Amino acid sequence: MTHVSIYVLDQARAVDFYTNKLGFKIVTDVPMANDDRWVTVCPPEQPDFEMILSPVTRSVSSPETVAQLKELVAKGAFGVGLFTSNDIFATYEELKAKGVEFTKTPKKEFYGTEAIFKDDSGNWFSLAQLA
Amino acid sequence: MDELYPKIYLYRRLVQAKLFIDAHYADKIDVSNIADEAYFSKFHFIREFKTIYHKTPHQYLIYVRINKAMELLKDEVPISEVCYSVGFESLSSFSGLFKRVVGISPSLYIDEHQKKKAQMAQSPLAFVPGCFAERNGWSKK
Repeated sequence: MTHVSIYVLDQARAVDFYTNKLGFKIVTDVPMANDDRWVTVCPPEQPDFEMILSPVTRSVSSPETVAQLKELVAKGAFGVGLFTSNDIFATYEELKAKGVEFTKTPKKEFYGTEAIFKDDSGNWFSLAQLA
Repeated sequence: MDELYPKIYLYRRLVQAKLFIDAHYADKIDVSNIADEAYFSKFHFIREFKTIYHKTPHQYLIYVRINKAMELLKDEVPISEVCYSVGFESLSSFSGLFKRVVGISPSLYIDEHQKKKAQMAQSPLAFVPGCFAERNGWSKK
């Protein structure tokens, strides 16, 4: 996989969250038509995997759908992905110190130790140290 | 969580030490400063830090400095200014380390980035996969 798209409520704020809190790198940042901006970020160790930070308004023509989408993203309806860590407690402590909101603190599960955090829009990710 | 997490204070001190490097990479800091910050003896600190981050504190400091240097070079800050503003004291040691870590010299890095920037300005759509450009109504028909 090379690209994955994620809906964000405020693109500039999302860029700040993914780069300054999660430590991602910006891969591409170019202006597009209709005041849009194509921004992709990647985890520092995975330069070939780009996460597209898509405003919820992109490609959605109906204002009702935009409003529904915003509400769903904000309420955390979308679980977007899994981050694995070699040391979940160190990663958890670092992200927490940077102000990342966790909805689940590290807990031992049958598949490993897992925590769950949210991005600045409400999308949630699992952070796991797999067994 | 506390039962599963017996070394919580150790983790917090090591993470604080890492964040200290992230914040003070441009200052004159050495491992002893960082170990002091984390309330560790120097050798215990190096061992524990490496266990978690797979780099010694000094290697991590260099990694942070070089990464910050890459960001500044992308912003077209002159090489000599970048060198000192990320905490190096000599241009030759900065250039040598930069080349060893990044694989190319700082000046070549600037050239490559400027080329990419010019390409982005000239043909932004070349950086967007066609399927996304088409779906978003950006592609030229």
